[in-house]
Amino acid sequence: MMPIIEIIQPGVLSLIQDVGRYGQHHLGLTTGGPLDPLAFKWANRLVGNDENVSVIEATVGGLKFKTHCETQVAVTGATVDVKVNGQLLPQWQTLNLKTQDVVELGYATQGCRIYIAFASGFKITQQFNSTSTVVREGIGGLDGKPLQAGNTFTLNHSMKESAQYVLPNDAQPVYENSVTLRLIPGYQDHQFSRHQQRMFFYHEYTVSDLCDRMGYRLTGPKVHCEIEGILSEGICLGAVQVPKDGQPIVLMNDRQTIGGYPKIGSVLSLDLAKLAQLTSGGKVKFEPITIDHAHNLLALAQYKYNQQTLVELK
Amino acid sequence: MQIHVAGENALIVYFDDKVSGETTARIQHTAQVLRPHIGNTIIDLVPSYASLLVVFDALKTDHLFVRQLIRLAYIEGENANIESQQKIVRLPVYYGEEVTPDLNSIAQKNNLTSEQIIELHQAQTYQVYAIGFAPGFAYLGETDERIAMPRLSTPRKKVPKGAVAIADRQTAIYPAQSPGGWNLIGACPIPMFNPKAEPSMPLQTGDGVQFYAINKQEFLELDGDITQWEALA
Repeated sequence: MMPIIEIIQPGVLSLIQDVGRYGQHHLGLTTGGPLDPLAFKWANRLVGNDENVSVIEATVGGLKFKTHCETQVAVTGATVDVKVNGQLLPQWQTLNLKTQDVVELGYATQGCRIYIAFASGFKITQQFNSTSTVVREGIGGLDGKPLQAGNTFTLNHSMKESAQYVLPNDAQPVYENSVTLRLIPGYQDHQFSRHQQRMFFYHEYTVSDLCDRMGYRLTGPKVHCEIEGILSEGICLGAVQVPKDGQPIVLMNDRQTIGGYPKIGSVLSLDLAKLAQLTSGGKVKFEPITIDHAHNLLALAQYKYNQQTLVELK
Repeated sequence: MQIHVAGENALIVYFDDKVSGETTARIQHTAQVLRPHIGNTIIDLVPSYASLLVVFDALKTDHLFVRQLIRLAYIEGENANIESQQKIVRLPVYYGEEVTPDLNSIAQKNNLTSEQIIELHQAQTYQVYAIGFAPGFAYLGETDERIAMPRLSTPRKKVPKGAVAIADRQTAIYPAQSPGGWNLIGACPIPMFNPKAEPSMPLQTGDGVQFYAINKQEFLELDGDITQWEALA
């Protein structure tokens, strides 16, 4: 029997994501990939997968699926009710599912990006070396589209292991409504006067309604740049562009690969994941750090992740 | 050449502050030398008008090493013979009435006839300055200033796949149906982006592009799709 997962309802927005699409920017293809890479990695690790196995990224929630095989699943990321056949079960741990189980997510109460990993992962054909879905490009996942009711996915294997693990409470990320984003000044930062930079790092900004996988538009005190536009150039993950209206836009995983607005710098990826967990109304402050400091923070985070062990449930 | 920090794992290399064929070629050469490092220390490269974004793996290397890598690649590119290596791609364009809704306004603005605009569009070799906006969207420049035209004040909701368009002194082919504000002056039957083909794009940054006119019969024989244009009218 084929190990199949059937989508009963897709929820608000559910996308297949692996680690992302790299080395394809020269074709105009963006990165995609999980907006919260740490929650993504934990989901895979909890079900014994390698780091780059395809999972479902559900935004806000509402996803409902049915198993047609025995499997293990883990739900990480935003805080949400996870019900298996109506029974509430915990996140951040391995759940053993039987065939014909119905799993339903509620709606996130803290954060908004939820990751659902299945043991062995989905069998999905890669496009440009990745399964990550970028809806705007029509690339990845199933025909480049979000999950739809009636979609079925085949797992690479049905259940092999039954050992269950949990990520200890103190190691689980906490999703706040207000975050500080460390930013590496760069690109056109010298085109923002000292005064404007000080204002930018001093004031609090609010996440507007225009926030999606492409970018988060913030509202707050205007930031003025000496120049209005530049020759279009490559945009890296987390770049903060400031259009003429002075309202910063933080560019996320599905950003356009080139653009012509001036940029003040780029947000540290570790903090970008926290921003991605915010919805409109969330509060944001920026704090400048050097690129060397950023490298230390990344190495430290990686070390902590590798050192952190899962606890087996008995 | 100047190297600036772009982000935690990205440096941006500015080759010049203006666009020129020579700059494009220099960028392309540097990118070519760096490309084999993709998958190892380098994650991605974004060549554009006068810059090259270099994204690297910050857990494997640091910006100081990558700066050195870029400088060496730049020097290697400097010694290469740039002119002789440019690839020229010739693309067929159907300039018939049903696919040229903005041809008249360009002709009027520039005091030329539609025929002259079509002729001038084919008269030169363009350079691919950048690829972006959408997969396979190549910015070609610069057009003769007599066929230059600002973007439409209200963008169209649906521009057909294959539409040949002009905005200011740039021309491009829409790789897929999408919204767009460029002026439409023709249709190209050759797919600009096909995820199933290898290579997926007929063009890359730095290539030269020439257009040549075909008639409707030839357009259809090359699998050109006229039906999506009927919806436009």
